[in-house]
Amino acid sequence: MKFRGLIFANLFRKKLRLILTIGSFAVALFLFAFLAVVKGAFGRGADIAGADRLVIINRISIIQPLPLSYRDKILRIPGVKAITHNNWFGGVYQDERNFFPQFAIDVESQRQVLPELVVPGDQWQNFVKDRQGAIAGAKTAKRFGWKIGDRIPIKTTLYGSGSSWEFILDGIYHSERAGGDESQFWFQWDYLEEKMPQSFKGNVGWYVLKLDSPDDAVRVAKAIDDMFANSSFETKTETESAFAASWVKQFGNIEFLILTIGTVVFFTLLLVTGNTMAISVRERIGELAVLKAIGFKDRSILFFVLAESLTIALFGGLLGLGLAALAIPVLGAALNGLLPTLILSPAILSLGLATALLVGIVSGLLPGIGAMRMRVVNALRRV
Amino acid sequence: MIRVDGTGKTNSLIQVRGLDKTYRRGGEEIQVLQRLNLDVDKGDFVAFMGPSGSGKTTLLNLLGGLDVPTHGSITVAGDEITHMSGSKLTDWRARHVGFIFQMYNLIPVLTAFQNVELPLLLTKLSKSDRRKHVETALGVVGLAERMNHYPRQLSGGQEQRVAIARAIVADPTFLLCDEPTGDLDRKSADEIMDLIHRLVKEFGKTVLMVTHDPVVARRADLTLHLEKGLLVESGEPQGVAAGGAA
Repeated sequence: MKFRGLIFANLFRKKLRLILTIGSFAVALFLFAFLAVVKGAFGRGADIAGADRLVIINRISIIQPLPLSYRDKILRIPGVKAITHNNWFGGVYQDERNFFPQFAIDVESQRQVLPELVVPGDQWQNFVKDRQGAIAGAKTAKRFGWKIGDRIPIKTTLYGSGSSWEFILDGIYHSERAGGDESQFWFQWDYLEEKMPQSFKGNVGWYVLKLDSPDDAVRVAKAIDDMFANSSFETKTETESAFAASWVKQFGNIEFLILTIGTVVFFTLLLVTGNTMAISVRERIGELAVLKAIGFKDRSILFFVLAESLTIALFGGLLGLGLAALAIPVLGAALNGLLPTLILSPAILSLGLATALLVGIVSGLLPGIGAMRMRVVNALRRV
Repeated sequence: MIRVDGTGKTNSLIQVRGLDKTYRRGGEEIQVLQRLNLDVDKGDFVAFMGPSGSGKTTLLNLLGGLDVPTHGSITVAGDEITHMSGSKLTDWRARHVGFIFQMYNLIPVLTAFQNVELPLLLTKLSKSDRRKHVETALGVVGLAERMNHYPRQLSGGQEQRVAIARAIVADPTFLLCDEPTGDLDRKSADEIMDLIHRLVKEFGKTVLMVTHDPVVARRADLTLHLEKGLLVESGEPQGVAAGGAA
């Protein structure tokens, strides 16, 4: 491209301004990537939820229990294929900062309802036979360097006053779904029931059921809630994705917050870059007039201005996204599982780069059109 | 042969007929040029003089296709440029006109070589051919050794020589010089005028030049004065008699 020399020479005309403008893009794109990753992490539960699964919680709140006796009644509703139940344990491993979710699970039905969370057969058999056994998600096992056979003491915060429960790691599960949660820690519900105070026995935290067909979701959910209406433990049944979405909403309207911050950042970037390009063009209006005088067409002048703003956007965008790609894994590790897995997907990178280029085009367009339309005679008079 | 009475031969290189240029400023019409005629042949060197605001630069802009007249016609090498569209006029300028400005108007971030190469970027010449042309042009102006210098590393006279190289590199039909020595000291001005004179005499270039400096104007074949929007022959023509043969 024979105009490359001219474009790059103009780009490097004011090096400090170039660095600062590229820096603006880099910071904005870094922030964009980070916000998109956080938004993705919060929304991933809903995205990967099974379409054929329902979650049943106590109508008052998820922290209120449901009777175990509901299980068989629910199983009899037409369209229900399998049902399992979980309890939140809420224990602390070594330090409160080492958070990861711990669930007491029903070993007989867990894998029927959640088949995408895969445990090798021999490990599962050992777990079933071992009352104190536990299964950890691959991410959590890696985080703490656990190996099969390790003894893992977890201090309870809900049951008993800070006593330590000891588990033996029998297996490690992986999620077959990309971005699936591999941070959970499972142990047998029977073990929980055994050690639980009498007043807590016979209850579960929530149910998860698998349907014969996703088409049955509305009917089955209504049937369950109607069945237990006006009882001491009324239920609230919703699809797994709706449950995940409402869980996220407890943190506030994350999506709105992120979109607002993102919009403000990009609007500011647009103004900063647009102003920079306008100044840059105004400074050399005489030179552009000379180019037009010696035969460069209007569209060539527009092309030069747009090429400059696009190059700045491209380099700034790549720099910001590159920094995000380096920083986000470090940040994810530093958050110690407080947030779901932070994944900088190709879709986020592509969207970020496309947005940067769009800002580049828009910011170069107005000064470019101005330069394109200027009258050579007027511009030369100002030189 | 240079004529201003509108009786030049039909195959003059530049033929201007009944040229009017009126500006509107704050509701008031200012007539800068009125019914101006001019004939310039290939190889002629004409200087335009006149007081500030007399329309010298306006005339040069019209001849270079940078501005459009209110009335009248300009024909260059058979092309009537007054009715050309903006895009066509731009193409025409690239082929036919070499501009030399008072302030040189070089691109400061490009080397002398790159500045001179600019008009050639609009042609289909290969990179090596462009290089040959640029080296030749810089050789003509005596700056072959300084082709990699930036304008800030050159003196005013040298910058103007680079600008002249840029003006001639694409071998245009004629050169338009707007106060080419206006920003130079006498010595540098003489060198630039020697160079322009050489372009006319050795290379057969046609040059139309605006100047305030009578010493510079005397280097032209003929000096024309612009007074009240009209061109008037005056002074002692050198080399070419007004309306006569060289």
